[in-house]
Amino acid sequence: MTLLRRTLLASAAALALTPAAAFAQDSIKVGEINHYKRMAAFAEPYKKGIELALKEINEDGGVLGKPLEFIFRDDQGDPAEAIKIAEELMTRDGTVMFTGSILSHVGLALSSFAAEKKYLYLASEPLADTLVWKSGNPYTFRLRASTWIQAAMLAEQAATTDAVKYATIAPNYAYGTEAVEAFKANLKMLKPEVEFVAEQWPALFNIDAGAEVQALERAKPDAIFNVTFGTDLAKFVREGGDRGLFDGRDVYGLLTGEPEYLEPLGDEAPEGWFVTGFPWYGFEDGIPGKIFVDAYVEETGETPKIGSVVGYMTAQSIAAAIEKAGATDTESLRMAFEGLDVENTPIGTLHYREIDNQSSLGAWVGTTAVEDGKGVMVNWEYKDPAAYTPSDEDVSAMRPAE
Amino acid sequence: MAFFFAQFLTGLANAAALFLVASGLSLIFGVTRIVNFAHGSFYMLGAFVGVTLMEFLPGAVGFWGAIVLTGLVVGLIAAVVEMVVLRPIYRAPELFQLVATFGVILVIQDLALMIWGAEDRLGPRAPGLRGVWRIFGEPVPKYDIILIAMTPFILFALWYLITRTRLGVLVRAATQDREMVGALGVNQAWLFTGVFALGSALAAWGGALQLPKGGADLLMDFNIIGAVFVVVVIGGMGSLPGAFIAAVLISVLNVFGVTYLPQSTLVLMFVVMAIVLIIRPYGLLGREEVAGEHGQVGAPETPIRPYGTRGRMVVTALLLVLAALPFVADQFLLILTIDILIFALFAASLHFILGSGGLVSFGHAAFFGGGAYAAALLVFHTDTPMELAFLFAPLAAGLLALGIGWFCIRLSGVYFAMLTLAFSQLVWSVAFQWRGLTRGDDGLINIWPAPWLNGPVTYYYFTLILAVGGILVLRHIIHAPFGYALRAGRDSPRQAEAMGIDVKRVQLVAFAIAGVMAGLAGGIFVFAKGSVFPTELEIAKSFDALIVVFLGGVKTLAGGVVGATFLSSVEHWLTRLEYWRLVLGLVIIAVVILMPEGIVGSLRSLWARVTGSKSEVSK
Repeated sequence: MTLLRRTLLASAAALALTPAAAFAQDSIKVGEINHYKRMAAFAEPYKKGIELALKEINEDGGVLGKPLEFIFRDDQGDPAEAIKIAEELMTRDGTVMFTGSILSHVGLALSSFAAEKKYLYLASEPLADTLVWKSGNPYTFRLRASTWIQAAMLAEQAATTDAVKYATIAPNYAYGTEAVEAFKANLKMLKPEVEFVAEQWPALFNIDAGAEVQALERAKPDAIFNVTFGTDLAKFVREGGDRGLFDGRDVYGLLTGEPEYLEPLGDEAPEGWFVTGFPWYGFEDGIPGKIFVDAYVEETGETPKIGSVVGYMTAQSIAAAIEKAGATDTESLRMAFEGLDVENTPIGTLHYREIDNQSSLGAWVGTTAVEDGKGVMVNWEYKDPAAYTPSDEDVSAMRPAE
Repeated sequence: MAFFFAQFLTGLANAAALFLVASGLSLIFGVTRIVNFAHGSFYMLGAFVGVTLMEFLPGAVGFWGAIVLTGLVVGLIAAVVEMVVLRPIYRAPELFQLVATFGVILVIQDLALMIWGAEDRLGPRAPGLRGVWRIFGEPVPKYDIILIAMTPFILFALWYLITRTRLGVLVRAATQDREMVGALGVNQAWLFTGVFALGSALAAWGGALQLPKGGADLLMDFNIIGAVFVVVVIGGMGSLPGAFIAAVLISVLNVFGVTYLPQSTLVLMFVVMAIVLIIRPYGLLGREEVAGEHGQVGAPETPIRPYGTRGRMVVTALLLVLAALPFVADQFLLILTIDILIFALFAASLHFILGSGGLVSFGHAAFFGGGAYAAALLVFHTDTPMELAFLFAPLAAGLLALGIGWFCIRLSGVYFAMLTLAFSQLVWSVAFQWRGLTRGDDGLINIWPAPWLNGPVTYYYFTLILAVGGILVLRHIIHAPFGYALRAGRDSPRQAEAMGIDVKRVQLVAFAIAGVMAGLAGGIFVFAKGSVFPTELEIAKSFDALIVVFLGGVKTLAGGVVGATFLSSVEHWLTRLEYWRLVLGLVIIAVVILMPEGIVGSLRSLWARVTGSKSEVSK
């Protein structure tokens, strides 16, 4: 009897899976796959940024005379699930390309899938260097400045100080290890005499902050390179502040200045750290960034995060590519993305390099401070990634032959 | 020396919250025998409720008052959860309740997101306790000292409650023999509700007390649950002093691990647990677990038999439908069916040892992911042809299962489950941290099938043949003498041994066969997806399989397959909703309450009732 039930169940399931509604044929669809639940704190501002850009694009007449539409799907942070959804978006929902993912490993899985199935993937948020370099492929483009570039910006500042003994603390997974390697390599290049006296590897989002701070203190470093973020950062800053770890030491923080991580810290935000981040509050009237910030605040009633600006530029990039291609087939879009210029983004004109499909989005670097009970970045500047990218020969050597 | 002492204090301070949460879980397990995965959710609720209350209640009185209130609020919520979700299913097969608690996790996650939003909350500082005291010159946060000072009082209060009060007498009696307690006229329902509420309140207090050291966020529930289970198991399930010793042991070892072996943060506690369980199979202070002391819970299992003519015809018809699918379905339906078939084979392999062998494994993903990695590593590093690498997947997984099984099968029940969990975490950490070999969580990518197989339709048939073949082989083994020996060992190890069956060896072989089949599923998986990541080895992956087996029905033969099909389809359909976890959680809870024998088991009972006793014979 069980098998009869099984048949019924299977057919019921199959019925349930046929597309619920016919698509509205008059819009151009783009798939967006992300960890909306698992990383809600990062994914929500990103989604709002996309929605703002879509609203503006469609009020402006859409792309190729049609409205641009995103289909948002949750992959639970699971690479296999993400691939399945990408397949569904492309073959069933008729999306012309897809984008998304915050976690690098999901981005890598999607990128490998894109190359194999010849679909176009714009990796908006994942930071892993390998995505456009060692594991790069013609069908994957990436928007955000990679780990290497952001770490190199911090290393450049570190090399100007007297500090010789460095300690590092980074979450125990690929992003953390990659960031520490990049910081070390860049700093050693600029200042060969530095030595690294301690490397701490707390488990991601499960830091034992007291023990980590004690271990760092024990190594007596001159300066500390921090890669922890989110709740780990909050605990690390609290324990480190209480126990005096940061007194008299330079601290460099990768992504520490991003509002996602700095805002929850309130008046306990660290002061005097040199960090990469997103100082939207410091934008002056008239620059493109300020226009974005105002529009975002007005639309959502919230202040922007780094995810917001990345989401916004993702939608802008895709709209620009479709306009440039004049068509929506993958090859036309891919050719359009090569060397694409996107006008009027929050950083001005955004460019996608032909050599490695990486965009020209840089990073904001500055020093943290507490103003009005809130952590902010001061003395910041926006840095273009060009000076921190390996030479064209090195990049070409790293990328697999196309 | 001063430094060591300061480190020791850090460990003790960490142990305080951990002990509170773990003691709650231990109490709940001891009395109700529920493996409560949702315990971490009550810890998270405690943190969020605590933060919210502290915003309203100012000052030191407000701070400590908020903590006390948090326990009461969450205890009340837990009591409601127990009455609505768990009370209807105490008579269900053993461990079935863990599926319900999984549903509770999903519901609480989405509700917390709705109520408190996505942003992390920084916990308020304890008034007057910011900063450090110097002990032998080393800075020690004031709040750490308070936590350390509080722990003995908490332990004493719990000890008093358990040994000196009437409630304690009942709890201890129920821990030893809950059926006898019921027979003596104690209202079990209220005892269970009370203990569940108390245990959850302890978790909430743990969540609220850690606020000044951290905060509240939506990942807390999963982050603590591993450590809590480890502590409870090392201490011995149901033992409060054991939980205390284990909490201190794990916390202190962790602190030293961080300093002297910084890379060890991911696995240290699982290594400790594996060592303790290998030396002391019931934890430090636990006693031998006698599962189902008065026979198994629930209705006795009906004898299994091969399908009759009608059953075979239905199976054949179903297979024909699947074989004809490529002619009628679009490409995505094939991809989705491939996913479901892979998951069904994986679930069937777990169901094989769980249903017929009574071996509840919490670490079955080690063999699925192990097989996937074995094939992927060969392709990635040596460019082995796909056909050869593919064969290596079940082989390697089988060998891995033999090795792990050799350690695990000497244990039973929850301890067996936890040791398999520990080993699967070790396998996971190898994949995660040995970056030179496995590329860590960057994963192995570009693992695509050989050209002749590389197309949705051909790969669909490849999957169909192997997955269905694997499932049929497993069914055949269950009906073979080996299957009878395996079930004999499950139902009555002593009698089975008296009959000359080497129970442990039969179990080990079954464990290895399940490993081979899980590895086969992993092999199909890796070439279907083109990549493999440590996520395939995660605890969550093991639990996915566990949940569908229970959902489908442990005491049936088709349970794993049906459960896998059901959950994959429902999940695939629901994830496009905004609050899909809430809906999925409610669906799971509903299925659990309405079908306490699992989908297949309950439908079978229903069918039997509808058609009367005649078909009782024919099923």
